[in-house]
Amino acid sequence: MIFSHDVPGGAAWSMILRRHRAVRLECLGPGANVSTLIYAADRPLERLNVPDTLKAQMAARIAAPMVLMSDLGKALCSVTGSSLTWHDAISGHSLDAHVPGGPTSYAEHRNDRRRSARDGLLEELWKHGLGERDLHATVNFFSKVAPTGDERGGLAFVHGHARTGDWVELRAEQDVLIMLSTAPHPLATAWSPAAVRATVRAVPAPGPDDPSRVFRDESGRALAEAERTYQ
Amino acid sequence: MSTQTLRAQEDREARTLLDVEVAPGDGWIGEIPAGGRFRIVDLKGNQAVDTLFFDARDHANRYSAVDTVREQGAVYLTTGSRLLSARLDPLATIVDDTCGRHDTLGGACAQESNVVRYGEHTRHEHACRATFLAQAIGWGKGLDKRDLTHNVNFFMNVPLTTDGGLTFEDGLSAPGKHVELRAERDLLILISNCPQLNNPCNGYDPTPVRLLGWDE
Repeated sequence: MIFSHDVPGGAAWSMILRRHRAVRLECLGPGANVSTLIYAADRPLERLNVPDTLKAQMAARIAAPMVLMSDLGKALCSVTGSSLTWHDAISGHSLDAHVPGGPTSYAEHRNDRRRSARDGLLEELWKHGLGERDLHATVNFFSKVAPTGDERGGLAFVHGHARTGDWVELRAEQDVLIMLSTAPHPLATAWSPAAVRATVRAVPAPGPDDPSRVFRDESGRALAEAERTYQ
Repeated sequence: MSTQTLRAQEDREARTLLDVEVAPGDGWIGEIPAGGRFRIVDLKGNQAVDTLFFDARDHANRYSAVDTVREQGAVYLTTGSRLLSARLDPLATIVDDTCGRHDTLGGACAQESNVVRYGEHTRHEHACRATFLAQAIGWGKGLDKRDLTHNVNFFMNVPLTTDGGLTFEDGLSAPGKHVELRAERDLLILISNCPQLNNPCNGYDPTPVRLLGWDE
């Protein structure tokens, strides 16, 4: 293990994850949500593109062993494992309007104040010289919003999807800048944000039989495109 | 046609702001004032029209696919769908739709995403995000790649399944089908008439579309 850090519920955080290191996110309480953005660390104009990721892998959710792809067709991270088979990526992160009871002030509640994911993510973006224009669709790890199968393409939020101990692991395929907020999912009806433990370790480079590489031709090509960058 | 209908039509013609045909693989960028109408006509049928919307007075206040989908509780766009910005401001409302279903989760094609999806041989094929970039930068008001977020694909059919699958399928559109929007504020609209040849979104033969705009 290289390091471990506990992100409190309702907080935001950003970290650099070097290539071929993995971060494991583990729920320290029930109902966790981690709204996540990913950028290429040294050229953040290349960033996670959720539609590209989903359409290339014919999915409406994120699950292992999918590859999280940049807008330039390269793997940023692979989902190397998870205790859950569904992580939401089609319903965005919370704004102030979604914070149950409304956001609260530092003056009144100190560091237990309620903040939206947008508020936290923008602060992290600003630290890196980025901002609102760089805020795109997030992956919401540990949350599930499932199609109901009706004519409109209706969606239903699954309450209590993640339990204490649920986890997901991401392997960086490039040096990446990960930004995350642990504010509740925008469709959650209660403010009960769970803390999340991030544990970083070194992992082997993906081999020819790596599950993410062989998952689909598209996943393999995105990995190969990322590898080209480092050849 | 009744006298009344004819008069309404003449009245509308007098308020025409825009009437252009966009060739396949071309783009368009322009403004429609608050209250104005914007119509896209799928002239030959099954033609994906990749579209982005911005608050014309504040470009960072731009269309958000995921916020729009979540707030309407449904994935597909049709009459009544309010297209929201990432700040949850209504940018436009679909007021008329003879096609019935439009996508906003499939994003726009790019040379690089074509390589991922279809292989190395597609790397130098024309793609929507090249059109978006050329139009955005040509507009000359500071728009660039950072402003290209996840778009609407008018006339495109991307069904989701309850087990979490997503596919690109034959369009539901047909020659002459149209979609019309009302601008809820001064709007900047950016369009790429999709040149994709590798999936059914354009019926494997991209065709022109017509854009019409009317003042309130």
